Amino acid sequence: MQRPTSFIMDCRLTEKTFLNDRYVLLLFETPKPVPTAFPGQFAQVRIDGSPTTYLRRPISICLINNQRELWLLVQIVGDGTRVLSTLEQGAVVNMILPLGNGFSIPQKSETCLLIGGGVGVAPLLMLGKDLSQAGHPVLFLLGGRKSTDLVMRNNFEKYGRVFYTTEDGSLGEKGFVTQHSLLKEAAFDRIYSCGPKPMMQAVATYAKKQNIPCEVSLENLMACGIGACLCCVEDTVKGHVCTCTEGPVFNIETLKW
Amino acid sequence: MVDQHVHLKGLTLRNPVMTASGTFGFGEEYTNFIDLSRIGGIIVKGTTIRHREGNPYPRMAETFGGMLNAVGLQNKGVYYFVNTIYPRIRNFQTNILVNVSGSTIDEYVETAAIVQNLDQIPGIELNISCPNVKQGGMAFGTSATGAARVVKAVRNVYKKHLMVKLSPNVTDIAEIAVAVEAEGADSVSLINTLLGMAIDAEKRVPKLSTITGGLSGSCIKPIALRMVWQTARAVKIPVIGLGGISNAADAVEFLLAGASAVQVGTANFIDPAITVAIADGIADYCNRHGFNSVRDLSGALILEEKSVKCSPQADCGN
Repeated sequence: MQRPTSFIMDCRLTEKTFLNDRYVLLLFETPKPVPTAFPGQFAQVRIDGSPTTYLRRPISICLINNQRELWLLVQIVGDGTRVLSTLEQGAVVNMILPLGNGFSIPQKSETCLLIGGGVGVAPLLMLGKDLSQAGHPVLFLLGGRKSTDLVMRNNFEKYGRVFYTTEDGSLGEKGFVTQHSLLKEAAFDRIYSCGPKPMMQAVATYAKKQNIPCEVSLENLMACGIGACLCCVEDTVKGHVCTCTEGPVFNIETLKW
Repeated sequence: MVDQHVHLKGLTLRNPVMTASGTFGFGEEYTNFIDLSRIGGIIVKGTTIRHREGNPYPRMAETFGGMLNAVGLQNKGVYYFVNTIYPRIRNFQTNILVNVSGSTIDEYVETAAIVQNLDQIPGIELNISCPNVKQGGMAFGTSATGAARVVKAVRNVYKKHLMVKLSPNVTDIAEIAVAVEAEGADSVSLINTLLGMAIDAEKRVPKLSTITGGLSGSCIKPIALRMVWQTARAVKIPVIGLGGISNAADAVEFLLAGASAVQVGTANFIDPAITVAIADGIADYCNRHGFNSVRDLSGALILEEKSVKCSPQADCGN
């Protein structure tokens, strides 16, 4: 098992933008460059000032610009993420990063389909950026319940063609991502997915049927995030493995889905 | 300069801070964050004779001031440890103790005998207190006779430092400690996790696949401290205190209550570098309070006449 070089660092909040009533985009400045972060890796974020939040919260790295500007897309779920969303510019947040394995980038040119749902779109931004900069054609297929769930659209559109689905039909095609006409009409060499588990399972089923290599990012509950506690295990063909160190990105061939 | 060394039979700790089994992997997981030569010792993940897959996911639930786990001793077995992990960690500049567990007495004995042959492992911690396995584990640790039987059998074959990790899920932990001391344990470590439960009310389901699990973290500290206090008064062998230690002040409390050394567990998840900070903080405490040696801290609690009147068992409502 390859263990990434990770750091405990105090990051300073430089910008905060509410994207809708549940999603907030936080931009941090890291105290030193993070040159080794891969798309799909995550940060273990310590949350101070929330009595019911004891453990760190694993949050996907959405983007790192110039090795110093860290983007985290946070969905407000419980008190911990609520406290994160109330931080003011200049607030210092202790994080461990980068953690986990990250998505794999193809060696030769491949058409890549990146399927995201909900807050799971976060790591796909950095992945799309790296893939497009490496010369791979990138297609994003992003789904939500309604149009306001589909955030950061301008950012995604910089790195590839973007297709949308919403359950209420307010943006893009109506329905789930796995029902989008793109899947019937186009061909892809590789699929990446991050989002709710049922969505990723449906994507995995599609990828298997089409015989397309596919990687998904899991969000199993974690305590330590560094492979020590063995709480976040996923049952794979290799047995129980830690999502934090051998994931969060898994090739669907290794999962028992 | 404060002398931070702690002497246990067969090994010397550089300082009284060790890491609790199951919270520190094999030490390798933490080399990004701390210099392992700055801590007294590492108790590696619970090891059994054969590979164990552990319990199904979900295995963890966050609780107020702590967490429940139901890992269930997932490990690749003692031979994997010997052949694959030990060669990688044997040169760590700290004491490495192996936490030994089993479903039967024979399994404990067999595993201990194998670990004894590893020259860089000066001791084992016998785990008779894991609440997350169906057989063995806590079943041995919840009766004085059961605990004594395992310790006696292992003591017969294991000649290095034998630490016995006790379960708090008992009526009288000191009684168990006395029983294992009588069978030749060199030290006792306490407490393992407290059996607990969490429910997702919205979904009307337990949060753990095993329904119940082991509670750890800050929330258990007062219980652990009380048990260390009771046990330290009952046995002559060193007591290693653990349970919710999150900072140097917590660790000092355990030493004052009678512990000779401490283990840090769940706090490693929140701050992977906390052990070194705790060791430094204990030394700083000694300096501020005029202790030349951390060994003098052990049991240095000042008892006023009024507090002595309360027996450890009594319900002192005042």
